[in-house]
Amino acid sequence: MLSRVANSLYWMVRYIERADNLARLIEVNGQLLLDHERLDSERLRAFWKPIILSTGDETLFSDLYSEAGSAEVIRFLTDDRKNPSSIVSSIAQARENARMVRDQLSEELWEELNSLYLFINSRDGELLLSADPTRYYETIRRATFTFHGIAAASIARNEAWEFMDLGRHLERADKTTRFLDITSFLPEEEVPANGTATFHWTAILRSCGALGAFRASHQGEPDPDSVVDFLIFSREFPRSVRFCVDRIDRNLHRISGAPRGTYSNDAERVAGRLLSELSYGSTEEVLESGLHQFLDQTQEKFNSIGEELFRTYVLLQDANNARPPIPAANMSAVVAWQMAQQQQ
Amino acid sequence: MFEAYEADGFFDEMFAGNGEVRSHYRALLSRFSAFPPEDFEARRASCDQHFLRQGVTFNVYHDDRGTERIFPFDPVPRVIPADEWDHLEAGLTQRIIALNLFLHDIYHEQHILRDGIIPRFYIEEAKHYRPEFRGMKVPKDIYIHICGSDLIRGGDGTYYVLEDNGRCPSGASYLLENRNALKRAFPSLFESLGVRSVDAYPRELLEMLHHVSPHREGEPVCVLLTPGCYNSAYFEHCYLAREMGIEIVEGRDLVVMDDFVYMRTTKGLVRVDVIYRRIDDDFLDPTVFRKDSVLGVPGIMRAYQAGNVALANAVGTGVADDKVIYYFVPKIIEYYLGQDPILPNVPTYLASEESDRKYILENLKDLVVKAANESGGYGMLMGPSASSEEIAKFKDKIIEDPRNFIAQPVVSLSRSPTWCEGNMEGRHIDLRPYIIYGNDVKIVPGGLTRVALRKGSLVVNSSQGGGSKDTWVLK
Repeated sequence: MLSRVANSLYWMVRYIERADNLARLIEVNGQLLLDHERLDSERLRAFWKPIILSTGDETLFSDLYSEAGSAEVIRFLTDDRKNPSSIVSSIAQARENARMVRDQLSEELWEELNSLYLFINSRDGELLLSADPTRYYETIRRATFTFHGIAAASIARNEAWEFMDLGRHLERADKTTRFLDITSFLPEEEVPANGTATFHWTAILRSCGALGAFRASHQGEPDPDSVVDFLIFSREFPRSVRFCVDRIDRNLHRISGAPRGTYSNDAERVAGRLLSELSYGSTEEVLESGLHQFLDQTQEKFNSIGEELFRTYVLLQDANNARPPIPAANMSAVVAWQMAQQQQ
Repeated sequence: MFEAYEADGFFDEMFAGNGEVRSHYRALLSRFSAFPPEDFEARRASCDQHFLRQGVTFNVYHDDRGTERIFPFDPVPRVIPADEWDHLEAGLTQRIIALNLFLHDIYHEQHILRDGIIPRFYIEEAKHYRPEFRGMKVPKDIYIHICGSDLIRGGDGTYYVLEDNGRCPSGASYLLENRNALKRAFPSLFESLGVRSVDAYPRELLEMLHHVSPHREGEPVCVLLTPGCYNSAYFEHCYLAREMGIEIVEGRDLVVMDDFVYMRTTKGLVRVDVIYRRIDDDFLDPTVFRKDSVLGVPGIMRAYQAGNVALANAVGTGVADDKVIYYFVPKIIEYYLGQDPILPNVPTYLASEESDRKYILENLKDLVVKAANESGGYGMLMGPSASSEEIAKFKDKIIEDPRNFIAQPVVSLSRSPTWCEGNMEGRHIDLRPYIIYGNDVKIVPGGLTRVALRKGSLVVNSSQGGGSKDTWVLK
């Protein structure tokens, strides 16, 4: 498979997964807000700030918005095209990547993604978002699930699939750590002295679509121990960090052909080491050394898996005169050249 | 649906002068007449929806949002009877053979120039002539592998060749998709009408690519080289690559080592034998042509000259679709084949011939003036509908650079019934068949019929508000 194609398939799925996760995050927290008594603007800011902090986009947010109320945050995360990580931007980028590899996708898969893209850019989409946000987010989540379903049913289990599956689980693991990290940014007054703050932990489980699965395996109310244990270490739940890293490790070895437990490139080395940490680690250790620090380090490892993957399969450093990717600053010239090519 | 249809004043594809339906349209007329207009409209709208969802679109430039648009599809097919098609096929075959002989000659001995059939300076000053490739052997001596010649029909029903697109002719994907759309919208139509299938196009295209491959063991590796996803025809590039089952590549996916071309895959480098390129000569190789471009592949021309990779179309074919050279095609056919041209050109005046130029300048308001190397409806003056300022501006341009212009009388293209917001109305059409020159000449029965959707307009280009129709060649 062409290196560029592998790269596009990987990003296409990452962006789809990102849109799905964001849709759930916004929806859950919007609902949570409804349960609160009236919040003044101070409390509102305190409510949303951790969410923006956890996505890592706080600088961009404060550049674009002077206020940090619900409307602004929701707008920023949902349909602000200036935010490259908003739902709308993610879907647009997924679709752009899909367009570049359209010949590799089944017709149904392309059509599903293209329809979603047309929907979010349509008047209908805008109207639904303002009139019935719950349905709007549900539409997005359903479409992304449909996308994954069609992919599972129509893509051969070859290299293309492995790159897609890898992108999906890397993004998913990253988002799970980010949602967990929201608790690290909660202001003191939101965390009661007895440390339960059940509704926050419940919200995180719901953001990960994990509440039902959690209840089935844990008795009692969600608390830090049980939620961290479930979302990081579960071997069975498909959004737990461990589950995702196990898949990533498997995908990487299927792509290279190296047996699991060994490594043939740095992506495999980082993934394998992370997997063993998760296999032999414990919740006590994580909470003892600090949840935020653990999540932060884990996210760095995800980043380095992504970078090493790119270096190994896309850049092909061993190809003598392989050209580096075009710097973003020159892209407009490239676009102009592409347009200039006469098709008669 | 056809009660109020007006077929007067032009050659109408469906109705003869006396209002009688032409025999090859009879079956279609009776089927379509059975549809209530609302039903017909609903089917048309569902075709549009289908195209939109599928992303059967072309990119529109200079448009901030929504950079893609569907090519409007008219559900009333254009029908061509078998004998008429045989005539077209013979004429187009003759033409592509002559054009390829001409290109070979121009890049080798240049007999046609020595014999004075074409004045030398027309070739040497052609914008797309590549003197640096003189003497170079191209695989199987084929230059234009894929040609999209535009045909129009004048007032008396005669077919004329309007131009030959021999660089990167586009539109074949729309021809294939139009057929799919019509089959979906009117499944019962096709059962008994005897319409010839167009499915073979991608297979024949791939066979041709294999035919010109440099010989080596195993199946040749063919790729389609696109400028990238911002190009107007990007949909088509993907479509054709997928239909042929070959990779679509950008310049950055290819590298040249030791005069061989390779593509970069996750498993390392894979050698490429044939490139169906949809990028202009100027952008192919920054070490030879435009230095600043990153679209092409450094070194690809060396690999080409070494015979290690084949390009379709070859480099330098643009000289044959220079509109000034077009003027000479009937002479080219006579010179190389010793035959009379089967399909005539539209009468053409060359601005660089003194007497022609005088005539052109005096009659601008009755003529269509075209720049020699533009396409897509750009660089044109439609005399009868032009303002006096536009005419004056073109006059200056012609005087300044006569080599760059030709003029033709306005041909009133034939009209075909077209569904226009609930009514059946006549609209002007042309026809672009796709000619593939490999082991032999293959022409898919039909082609892309483009239609000028605006009332009275003669301009059919997609960039100028044109649409398209399915084209039926009957058995």
